[in-house]
Amino acid sequence: MIPATFEYVAPTSVDEALAALAESGDDAKVIAGGQSLLPVLKMRLNAPSVVIDLGRVDGLRGISVDGSDLVIGAMTTHHEIANSPLVREHAGVLADAVSQVADAQVRHRGTIGGSLAHADPAGDYGAPILALGASMVITGSGGSRTVAADDYFTDLFETAVGEGELLTSVRIPSHGGAGSAYEKFVRVAQQWAIVAVAATVRVADGHIAEAAIGLTNMGSTPLRARGVEEALRGRPVTADAVREAASRAAEGTNPPSDLNGSAEYRRHLATVLTARAVLKAAGG
Amino acid sequence: MTVVDDRPATEVGSPRRRKEDARLIVGRTRWTDNLTLPGMLHLAMVRSPYAHARITSVDADAARQAPNVVAVLTGEDVKDIQGGLPCAWPITPDQKAPTHPSIAVDRVAFAGEIVAVVIARSPGEARDAAELVDVEYDELPAALELKAAAADQTLAHPDLGTNTSAVWTFDSGAAGTGGDVEAAISAARDGGIVIEREYRQQRLIPAFMEPRSFVCDPTGEQLTIWSSTQVPHFVRIFTAAVLGIPESKIRVIAPDVGGGFGGKLQFTPEEVITVLAARHTGKPCKYTETRSESLVSAHHGRDQWQKLTLAATADGHVTGLKVELLADMGAYLGLVTPGVPILGAFMFNAIYTFPAYHFTCRNVFTNKTWTDAYRGAGRPEATYAIERLMDELAVEVGVDPLEIRERNWIRHEQFPFTSVCGLEYDSGNYEAATARAKELFGYDDLRAEQARRRASNDPVQLGIGVSTFTEMCGLAPSRVLGSLSYAAGGWEAASVRMLPTGKVEVVTGTSPHGQGHETAWSQIVADRLGVPFEDVEVLHGDTQVAHKGLDTYGSRSLVVGAEAVIRAADKVIEKARVVAAHLLEASVEDIDFANGSFTVRGTDSAQAMAEVVWAAFSAHNLPDGFEPNLDSEATFDPVSFSFPHGTHLCAMEVDTETGQTTMRKYVAVDDIGTIVNPLIVHGQVHGGIVQGVAQALWEEAVYDDAGTLVSGSLVDYTIPSSADTISLTVDQTTSPSTTNTLGTKGVGEAGAIASTPAVVNAIVDAVRHLGVNDIRMPCTPERVWTAIRGASGSGGPSTAAAASHLGAGAPNHDPDSGAATQGGAQ
Amino acid sequence: MTRITVTVDGTRYTDDVEPRTLLVQYLRDRLGKVGTVVGCDTGNCGACTVHLDGRSVKSCQLLAVQTDGHEVTTIEGLANGATLHPMQEAFRDCHALQCGFCTPGMIMQAVDLVTENPHPTEAEVREGLEGNLCRCTGYHNIVKAVQQGAGAMSGGQS
Repeated sequence: MIPATFEYVAPTSVDEALAALAESGDDAKVIAGGQSLLPVLKMRLNAPSVVIDLGRVDGLRGISVDGSDLVIGAMTTHHEIANSPLVREHAGVLADAVSQVADAQVRHRGTIGGSLAHADPAGDYGAPILALGASMVITGSGGSRTVAADDYFTDLFETAVGEGELLTSVRIPSHGGAGSAYEKFVRVAQQWAIVAVAATVRVADGHIAEAAIGLTNMGSTPLRARGVEEALRGRPVTADAVREAASRAAEGTNPPSDLNGSAEYRRHLATVLTARAVLKAAGG
Repeated sequence: MTVVDDRPATEVGSPRRRKEDARLIVGRTRWTDNLTLPGMLHLAMVRSPYAHARITSVDADAARQAPNVVAVLTGEDVKDIQGGLPCAWPITPDQKAPTHPSIAVDRVAFAGEIVAVVIARSPGEARDAAELVDVEYDELPAALELKAAAADQTLAHPDLGTNTSAVWTFDSGAAGTGGDVEAAISAARDGGIVIEREYRQQRLIPAFMEPRSFVCDPTGEQLTIWSSTQVPHFVRIFTAAVLGIPESKIRVIAPDVGGGFGGKLQFTPEEVITVLAARHTGKPCKYTETRSESLVSAHHGRDQWQKLTLAATADGHVTGLKVELLADMGAYLGLVTPGVPILGAFMFNAIYTFPAYHFTCRNVFTNKTWTDAYRGAGRPEATYAIERLMDELAVEVGVDPLEIRERNWIRHEQFPFTSVCGLEYDSGNYEAATARAKELFGYDDLRAEQARRRASNDPVQLGIGVSTFTEMCGLAPSRVLGSLSYAAGGWEAASVRMLPTGKVEVVTGTSPHGQGHETAWSQIVADRLGVPFEDVEVLHGDTQVAHKGLDTYGSRSLVVGAEAVIRAADKVIEKARVVAAHLLEASVEDIDFANGSFTVRGTDSAQAMAEVVWAAFSAHNLPDGFEPNLDSEATFDPVSFSFPHGTHLCAMEVDTETGQTTMRKYVAVDDIGTIVNPLIVHGQVHGGIVQGVAQALWEEAVYDDAGTLVSGSLVDYTIPSSADTISLTVDQTTSPSTTNTLGTKGVGEAGAIASTPAVVNAIVDAVRHLGVNDIRMPCTPERVWTAIRGASGSGGPSTAAAASHLGAGAPNHDPDSGAATQGGAQ
Repeated sequence: MTRITVTVDGTRYTDDVEPRTLLVQYLRDRLGKVGTVVGCDTGNCGACTVHLDGRSVKSCQLLAVQTDGHEVTTIEGLANGATLHPMQEAFRDCHALQCGFCTPGMIMQAVDLVTENPHPTEAEVREGLEGNLCRCTGYHNIVKAVQQGAGAMSGGQS
């Protein structure tokens, strides 16, 4: 319940934060909202010597539109994202997913940047970020670079954010006009997703013109269900057609087995939830 | 009449808002962990990560050198003074049990067992130093799975030579209380019905909201122990017995206690260690557990395999029931561990007129956290099994589950009724409770909807679950406890003190931790003495104030404890009557007492209680030889148990594509005798129901192959939240108990006992047409889905693996998981 | 040690704290605000819920140093002198507590919920309290109390 001792640094700019990170090396942990980090520290599953708090860094928080992109600062809270009219308009599936993160108190503190940097495959950001084709803006001492969602999650709890770098914002191409849905399956409300599916779908003339499907907790990283996306293209929006396409949802996945479900059960859930998400997104 | 304005005609029966809440809603509380004393030191425990291991060395040097560490105590340090933790209920004369040290000395028998304690100036420094204690272990094979343990495949305690602690049997034929079960089964095999089933009572964790906390102050004449316990009186006695301290030198205080549910009905290693640490350092010491420590080290509950054989006639009249239990004790015997399944022994026959009954229980050691009382203690297990089985019988006979129950239950005109176990049920009316429940539930409409969904092959099916239960409450008649070899009695004590200013202090030996005794006892005494509700103060939980008592558990407080309060109050009235007669210059026989006033029969002359109290206090004008004292005490020992009952009906929706279950409706109609405070009663029923539902749907203490508790945090031990539950319909029918003054029966455990089978019966009912006749608890979506799939022949049952979310990655496996579709009638 | 200045229940406090000190430990151990309690170590139970700058947070999921310069309200600062907050009144009136250990956090979360959504439906109340565990009440009366408290907070009939 009591973390091991550490040194606390509270930079007020990204440059200061990067400097602090450079100074303390890999013995440092960056704290954003802290909702995933604090339990780990309290259980002493991790004992960094330095904790760098981004809470006082200016300019990392906020939601705006830049050209055709929605831009969300890394320190923007789940609560702000879930309740943002801009997010609702341009990336509805993200608002749906984020409104289901943990509980209200956690959503008041937890941030998009913290969640994406922590990269728990059961977290609710990965699937919508993949389905929306978002990009992560990563800043290091040499400046910023942009990494596509498909390249961002590299392994269990690992991302493209390198040593000495910070995730500073997320850019999401506007999906205004597209249908979307987030289907999250849990045993108790507050839980991490057992499996969840994010779908964005464009329908034209009663047929699916384009669909993107992200899967939560179906492997060591969030995954795209590319087989389903391919199978959906050009298909009519009918329950049978969508279910048939969704039967490919578990292709290429490697889901965990744990207290909440076996890998086999998760594969099954992925197909059911994908069909439901796509039908809902397509207004079917 | 002198009844004051807006007071209810009687307090008993009125929905008084609770007195306790005034402090609880503003945070003006006294939880044990709130205490800070001068010079206080803090403890951190070093716990074994292994389920079974020999301790080869404990190196605490680094810890002793750590900043602000005052001492480190190991098993070696305290082995001669720590004694052994007690078991108060040896169920058989030849019961086997290992010594139960507070700090393990040379061997650990479950993961989480304490091997050392660090005493430091702050909790953080104590924890830091605890990380530095270097313990070397030689791992031993661990007995983990209950059936394998029962077969002695691996020994939990090699020195005992067996894992069987005791075998306890009740046979109605041998006891002369009923017929011979084997004869009934043989007869039923020829033209009747025999149903054999095996049910699993999964291991649960009480998970009271307040983690346990203990403070011991060794300064002053008496050693003072604050404990978040249900049983301060037990703690006092056992602290004396285990540590050899005179009982008169020990004061135990249970301040505000945040829930227990049986989980704080214990005398714990942590209590002993806190005392040892305080005596060792001469300073006040505090230990407050973390939630993760609580889940692994506070005792668990349930954990049984139940094998049942039920014999009936072809038209569904039960002719005999045979019960064979395996009960997992875990690694040690706690306060009442071995007796928990025995409390269920008399309840498998439930509300029914079974003519023959046989019960055997084998208590088995494993290398897991020890089990003990959890809400209902033995009775939920029994109720679950028989109520599941009655549904199976209904299916065999082809009638509605309520119909099969009616064919077998005790009709209301048969009360008082002596059960096949020889217990006398004093009152009840199962017909009335069931009729009311059906009405509130809309039973026929829901059955019609179920039929429609089945006909249309709706992916979401509907099931209706029935649970008609009874329980034995009011623990307990001391003679009965004696006959069951329990170490203590079952009486309760109370005193009533009349303060000169007219206020009344009620001292109760019960020890509430959420039940609302301060409010309920005030209502009872206000009626009895005719004083305002607000003028009654209820004192409890401090052995220097309430020196005598047997505490709170087993739905005993109102039935036994409040009866003692009533008797003490009545003694006050009898003493006061003498004073009143003297003041009114009348003979005692002519004095009536009502509504707080003594009157001379047939006249207008009266003396208020307050005037009599003042007269006794001033003692200026009392009858000759009258001791100037109205205060009185009473101890009540019940002569029999009470038998609350009820009918619970539950509707569950099952998504057959995912196995997800959703509660649609829940109706509970309970007969708990006379109700003192309907608000509190409803609260107890609501909370009990949800705990029982949680067993059916969500909760299980899961161990991996290495004996590590996988569901060791609230991330993985899934307690339901408001978002997982629904509003409940709760009502009562009333058949007053004939065994106490008010006619009360007890309500603390009712909901938890009744609801579990109601939920599982509903789920099975929803998918029975698909070929399912059982689903293992908790009925997780995967188990439901697997059962449906297994039954429809599209694949075998899957074996779920176990891994905690926090500790993801550890290879784990739960041999007990999976759904059962086997077992059938013949 | 890090120096922080925090306003808690209207009083400004300045203290040197170890960076590892959780907000809830600071409140309880340093300020004596023991009305706020700790029920778990994983952020699940919500018993430690307080308001940080007017929004509900779990005080075991924050470091005290993160609250430097901010304002915290605990259950002890909710009532206005002797006048209970309407949500406190509603909890008492509806018998929405038994042991009372979850109650401070539950009330603080309920107030936050109603501040954001003044007229919540039963479903919204149930979802809004999903981060607060209670083992006694089965939530039935808590849900009732929050709806009654919401009515009172908006000045309507409760």
